[in-house]
Amino acid sequence: MPVRAPLVAALVLGSSLALTPAPSSVAAPTTESATQLATPEVLTVPVGAEPDGTKVRLDVSVWPQASGRRPVVLLAHGFGGTKESVADEAAQLQERGYVVVAWSSRGHGQSGGRIHLNDPAYEIADARALLDLAAKRRDVELDGPGDPRAGVMGASYGGALGLMLAGIDRRVDGVVSAITWNDLADAFFPQAAVTRSATTAAGRHPIGVAGPFKQVWATNFFLSALRGVAGEENGAGAAATDRCGRFDPTVCRLFVQASETGKASPQLTALLRAHSPKPTMNAVHAPTFLVQGVADSLFGLDQADATASALAATGTPYAVRWSDGGHDAASTHEAEEVEASYTWLDHYVRDKAPRESALPTAAFTYGTPAGRPGQPTALHNLPAYPGLSGAPVETRELPLTTTGGSLLHPPGGQPASLIAVPGLAALGVSLSTYQVAALPGQSAALDSSPIAEAATVVGSPTMRFTVTSDTSDVTLFASVWRVTGGAVTLTNPLVAPARLTVTPGRPTPVTISLPAATYEMPAGTRWRVLLTSTESTYSNSREPSRIRIQDASALTLPVATGTEVGRVAVAGVDTETLIASALLALLLLLALAGWLVRRRRRRHLPSRPDLADVPLVVEGLVKTYSDGHRAVDDVTWRAEKGQVVGLLGPNGAGKTTTMRMVMGLISSDAGSVHVLGEPVTAGARVLARVGALIEGPGFLPHLTGRQNLEAYWAATGRRPEEAHFAEALDVAALGGAVDRPVKSYSHGMRQRLGIAQAMLGLPELLVLDEPTNGLDPPQIAAMRPILKRYAETGRTVVVSSHLLAEVEMTCTHVVVMHAGRVITQGLVADLVDSDDTTILDLGEHVDHDVVSAGVHALEATRGVTDVRVDTPTRLVVVAERGRAEVVAAAVEGGLPVVGVSSRRHLEEVFLGVISSASAPLDGAEPGDEGASLVERLRQVRAR
Amino acid sequence: MTAKTHVPRTPPSLELTQVRDPLSWRAELGRQWGRRRTAWAFGLLLALPLILVASFAFGERSDSSRGGTTTRIFDLAQSGAANFSLVLVFLASELLLVLLAALFCGDAVPSEASWASLRYLLIAPVQRARLLTSKLAIGVASTLLATVLLPAWGLLVGGLAYGWDPLTNPIGENLTWGQFLPRLALAMGYIFVTLLPIAAVAFWLGTRSDAPLAAVGGAVLVSIVLNILDQLDALDPYRNAFPGHYSRAWMDALAVSPDYTDMLHGALWALVWAVAFTMLAYRRFRRSDILS
Repeated sequence: MPVRAPLVAALVLGSSLALTPAPSSVAAPTTESATQLATPEVLTVPVGAEPDGTKVRLDVSVWPQASGRRPVVLLAHGFGGTKESVADEAAQLQERGYVVVAWSSRGHGQSGGRIHLNDPAYEIADARALLDLAAKRRDVELDGPGDPRAGVMGASYGGALGLMLAGIDRRVDGVVSAITWNDLADAFFPQAAVTRSATTAAGRHPIGVAGPFKQVWATNFFLSALRGVAGEENGAGAAATDRCGRFDPTVCRLFVQASETGKASPQLTALLRAHSPKPTMNAVHAPTFLVQGVADSLFGLDQADATASALAATGTPYAVRWSDGGHDAASTHEAEEVEASYTWLDHYVRDKAPRESALPTAAFTYGTPAGRPGQPTALHNLPAYPGLSGAPVETRELPLTTTGGSLLHPPGGQPASLIAVPGLAALGVSLSTYQVAALPGQSAALDSSPIAEAATVVGSPTMRFTVTSDTSDVTLFASVWRVTGGAVTLTNPLVAPARLTVTPGRPTPVTISLPAATYEMPAGTRWRVLLTSTESTYSNSREPSRIRIQDASALTLPVATGTEVGRVAVAGVDTETLIASALLALLLLLALAGWLVRRRRRRHLPSRPDLADVPLVVEGLVKTYSDGHRAVDDVTWRAEKGQVVGLLGPNGAGKTTTMRMVMGLISSDAGSVHVLGEPVTAGARVLARVGALIEGPGFLPHLTGRQNLEAYWAATGRRPEEAHFAEALDVAALGGAVDRPVKSYSHGMRQRLGIAQAMLGLPELLVLDEPTNGLDPPQIAAMRPILKRYAETGRTVVVSSHLLAEVEMTCTHVVVMHAGRVITQGLVADLVDSDDTTILDLGEHVDHDVVSAGVHALEATRGVTDVRVDTPTRLVVVAERGRAEVVAAAVEGGLPVVGVSSRRHLEEVFLGVISSASAPLDGAEPGDEGASLVERLRQVRAR
Repeated sequence: MTAKTHVPRTPPSLELTQVRDPLSWRAELGRQWGRRRTAWAFGLLLALPLILVASFAFGERSDSSRGGTTTRIFDLAQSGAANFSLVLVFLASELLLVLLAALFCGDAVPSEASWASLRYLLIAPVQRARLLTSKLAIGVASTLLATVLLPAWGLLVGGLAYGWDPLTNPIGENLTWGQFLPRLALAMGYIFVTLLPIAAVAFWLGTRSDAPLAAVGGAVLVSIVLNILDQLDALDPYRNAFPGHYSRAWMDALAVSPDYTDMLHGALWALVWAVAFTMLAYRRFRRSDILS
């Protein structure tokens, strides 16, 4: 779940807000549950008046504690923010058992007054007044009279305030100070030209000349304070006040002046230096936790380095944490940094740990870049800040292959190289590419030799070279790039600016401290130090110059090998993994449960021992398709051993549906199918005793006929010897074609192969749907004895066919279906042969009237129950009297009888039973009956 | 057909000897192996590196450092076997492997239906679930084979064409063969897992349709639609669960200091979808009426 990055994003300027995923906050030991926590009290606190005598009241919120006396934390916001910016942290600290005081700083939010940029006489004095206020509260724990047990925490503007307050007021017992300055003059006029090599990781001892003006950041800083008053009604309306917004007029004037000239006036330098922790650092005795960002082109790591050095000099406990965030980007370890800050306060403020006690966090933590952008950095710990524990910083030399170059400073300072754009990194935009950074003629690239052994650089690399120029004022911007094959990438969007005063034409040696950061150095890559004469985020001189760089020394790299902090241990299992694993487990459980239920259900299907000797019993089968069509309706029949059963019926009678149900291909809505007493369901074992051809054969087209039979048999999993391939192939009678791919077969060949496949393994029940489909008459004739002989071996054959004559000749039994029902069934002989029926064949060209008269005469004869005109030359007479008497009566009636038979064709039986089933109330003329029935049956049965 | 066909007159024996399960994996493999689509799929896979080598031989090598990351990856393709196989995997994992997974798993059932042989398998008899299991096992195994074959063949072709240099990634980091090979195996394993959801969707569609094209095309379509949806930032926390969201996380395994978080997420989500659609397929097929 994305949560708003708590510390940096809320405390610093609005530009670097970012959303980062963070693990749910670690449960802190609390004495009260969240519901009991009181809401903040809002106070207005009168503090020192402005220089012009205007009274100032601060807008303060206090998060109280309900019971007992508790330590207090002053929570300071960042520049341009208000007390609301830190409300989340305030609530978290309150939950941890602190009284929290947050206020809108002078000139911010609802507080009165003007911005003095952390003036000890104003902003710092205000904070002291708040300590006094805390000391008077009933819920605040006291170290002594008027001395509350107090911590101060803040980032950027608030971070500097914390350090300065601790330097001025000894009542402060612990400080957490993030991404802030040590010397504001140095931050706005940075100078990377140093007098000597650093003894600490990111240390920088600048020469006595102020660096170039950090124009873009200064303007951002300035504008962020103006934004606050943009919509505000200003009664005074003085033009000067408008332009300065809520800035103190002096601060404003000096800033505007610097922006115009690009140079630091002595007054401004003095003011900025005084508004910094630096002058009072040696008086700080409260244990201090410093968080400084690598992605910070405003207050670099050198600022925290200076603060840490000052703390080390006085023996004050401190810890330094290098974040991968800062004013340019959000940290990827936001939650851990906040947690470490709270731990620091808990240790030194709440638990009153002695100064000699072990630090609650690692003395130094830094991150190495992750493999991919957007990923958290890998954190490493060192037992001490490099260079401050007594031992010197571990360094390594990296020789350069290019040791010089020349470059121009363009007239007017334009176009300017684009390397570091403040705030852009927070948007995930890596704007700077080598093409816009290394403008032709305006840059010099100093390449190193390939790195032999991989290492991690932690701090500021330094190098020396000489500068020759035709002007006395030279400005250079150094940035560090990595060269891989053809690609040049910027390691960190930071520049180290150096402003030198030289004698024109004379080489001047200079030592440059490159941007402090953590750099990964994979073996095989090369480094490139890019020196440019301009940088777009700085105020560039308008005067043109020509600069030559010579005799560049090897790079001195501070390296470190810290203990990697286990990322998993810190982050735990993240929410996404948890959700996905839970879902996966749930699905697997569901699958397992479904499987178990099905297994149980399958066991409970009863078999019918009484039917064990009957190859096929179909009982009460019903099938209604999803469209409501009832294809099979209460169908019951059986096939005994040795029978050849014909399943007859017009199209749509339900024959194929019944066959599919018999084979378990479709499920029945009611009724049952038993093969040899075993119930048939989808894939039932007993189906191994059944061979079938249903609605045409199906083969793998790329295999030959023989391979298809073998593949089919392989799918049954049964012993190859049981297959009887030879007999089956004999039935197929494909000759040489058996070894050709099936896709080359004709319809009849496939049909024969299909029958052969059904006969594989010589099953006890052979079910053939339209087996003669596509066969020519000789093949049909050959089929007949095969099926008959097959049944004679004690096996059973079920054949469905439209060829009634064929069925009559092949089958012993028939089942006639119509409209989903069985309308008659029995022995073929019984159906076609009956004692009470006489067929009379009449001579050709017989007169219709004669026939009509004869039929009427026959009908009038006693004992004759029915006379039907089958065709114009054929009469079917049903009578209770002997056949001879019927013939005699017919002849008597004048009918020209030329033939007499007792046997009907199956076709007649079929049409007869269907006509009586579909039209029982038929009252049509006897002569028309046959014709209309055939016509009706010709129509496809409506669904 | 001859009338002298001899059918043993012995009464049918009641003993059926089952030497193997119905539709054993070997039997299913036999059904799929000789198919033209299988030959085409693997043929294409094997031809791809050769086509790449030929294409690289046509174009000039550009020494300028212009262009984005992809250009650099391609520039590095000719620097050795490891880089070549990686470029090959990069190219193939986007679409070719997805297509093959959909083909192998999605086509198995509907192709039997379209040949009308599905009903004969079912009455052989092969239980519905057993049929699906065999089809799925061979489909997934074919996908795995393709996933393994691709980088292995790429390494061989790349090695012969460009030499046996170890990996250099675009950021300039080097992995030795000892580091690279296990990581590559891990990456391929991950790619294989991320192919499973599409395979499962194809498989499920295959049980619903009798047309192989519908199943394979449908699954690829699903993958494309999800890719489009994945581009929408508005779906942010939820799109992480999309099957294709972490499809490129395998590259994490090849960084010098690998971060496996995304791969873990990707693999878990992939398994969730794969299991879900496989379950749907079984549920559907067990109950359906076979009308093909």
